[in-house]
Amino acid sequence: MLAADQNSLKRTPLHGLHVALGGKMVPFAGYDMPVQYPAGVLKEHLHTRTSAGLFDVSHMGQLALRAKSGKVEDAARAMERLVPQDIVAIAPGRQRYAQFTNEDGGILDDLMVANFGDHLFLVVNAACKEADEAHLRAHLSGDCVIEQLADRALIALQGPKAESALAKLCAAAPAMKFMDAGPHEVAGIKCFVSRSGYTGEDGFEISVPAADSERLAKMLLENPDVLPIGLGARDSLRLEAGLCLYGHDIDTATTPVEAALEWSVQKSRRSGGARAGGFPGADKILAHFDQGASRRRVGLLAQGRAPVREGAPLFASDAGGEAIGQVTSGGFGPSLNAPVAMGYVPVSLSALGTKLFAEVRGQRLPLAVAAMPFVKNTYKR
Amino acid sequence: MTTTLYTSDHEWLAIDGDVATVGITDYAQQQLGDVVFIELPKVGRSLKKAEAAAVVESVKAASDVYAPVTGEVLETNAELAAEPALVNSDAQGKAWFFKIKMADKSELGGLMDEAAYKTHTA
Repeated sequence: MLAADQNSLKRTPLHGLHVALGGKMVPFAGYDMPVQYPAGVLKEHLHTRTSAGLFDVSHMGQLALRAKSGKVEDAARAMERLVPQDIVAIAPGRQRYAQFTNEDGGILDDLMVANFGDHLFLVVNAACKEADEAHLRAHLSGDCVIEQLADRALIALQGPKAESALAKLCAAAPAMKFMDAGPHEVAGIKCFVSRSGYTGEDGFEISVPAADSERLAKMLLENPDVLPIGLGARDSLRLEAGLCLYGHDIDTATTPVEAALEWSVQKSRRSGGARAGGFPGADKILAHFDQGASRRRVGLLAQGRAPVREGAPLFASDAGGEAIGQVTSGGFGPSLNAPVAMGYVPVSLSALGTKLFAEVRGQRLPLAVAAMPFVKNTYKR
Repeated sequence: MTTTLYTSDHEWLAIDGDVATVGITDYAQQQLGDVVFIELPKVGRSLKKAEAAAVVESVKAASDVYAPVTGEVLETNAELAAEPALVNSDAQGKAWFFKIKMADKSELGGLMDEAAYKTHTA
């Protein structure tokens, strides 16, 4: 990367801390971000699974959605025009995973939606945040005020010791359950805390005013259980957890049903539900629910040691034939000490245990369709 | 007497008569990060200089290792194939990749000595 390009990269409020901690900085979604620290991706990954990891996810977008009526139910009803999820049913203090869909039933972005009592709080992907804001404004401005919360950082604290680490600074943390979300003080700083993350581990995401973010991160890192973790381990953790990465495992050409995200679409929005349809691409997505899609995202475990990476074509046999699908995420799973991948295959080849082949450097490597998550999640239900 | 030479692609060669032991440099392993898989060439394979001879997979990416000279693969490092992380702990020692019987020792003329390689990676 050229120096000129480096200078055009945006920096999160924690950039200086990353550099001070020895982070290896790389361009990611327009930001100069730490891909790893001196410990390295493997150790960072394993530390998160056994202790606690601190991630800077401030590049992601944070938005507040307020109904002009002042009622959060009205913001929730408006939001249901853009996502196939039941937003109305999100209780105050709770959060839910959702997707913005397009007219073709594809996914524009995936996001978190929290009910903060008087408004909705959204967390969206870094690369999509401007487009998401424009999308919200284009469709909801009549009923809602949309605010991009650009002056906030976002810190994820993940792993089995995340609770004890955060509890020292936030008395409310231990009582929170998976997907609880709301305003809480952390070390006296007014934050928004959710019990969530994207690693398959128990943990928290903490939205903190930018000006206080480095102080808070340093306080968390003073705990010997907590290590800073870069984007490299974040990717391998979410891959082992079987979670989709936008732009890779899901995009504008995949529907939530193809992506095996049916669990995220509540019955109320499906055919026969109280508020069925009414979101972009509903005809196609509901048809996929009712009649099935022709392809599906599956987990893939290789038989050998060679990682099978994004873009590798998949075949039904060890020689000849057309590719039947493609790997959308793949790499080495440090917790499994083995390669892991996910990709799209025809539904007829999606059953657990189905033997497939991935082409890597001209060779067809055997792999099998496997259950996800690859590593059992440890959410506090 | 053994002489060690370096390529601009970060391979090292320990020369002993007409046999070269080939690996990747400590600088290279630092750039790659945690190595999780190594594909070595088959014994008996004829390699041309600059041909892709082996593959190193780190957690994040796959990188080719090029044949620094033309010749025939005499032996590969079974210990390395079983324990790829040796590259991170001992890149220029235990983590050699393969031994090659050199066909044309004049090819060594284009390689760097340790001082030149240090300047190259500075």
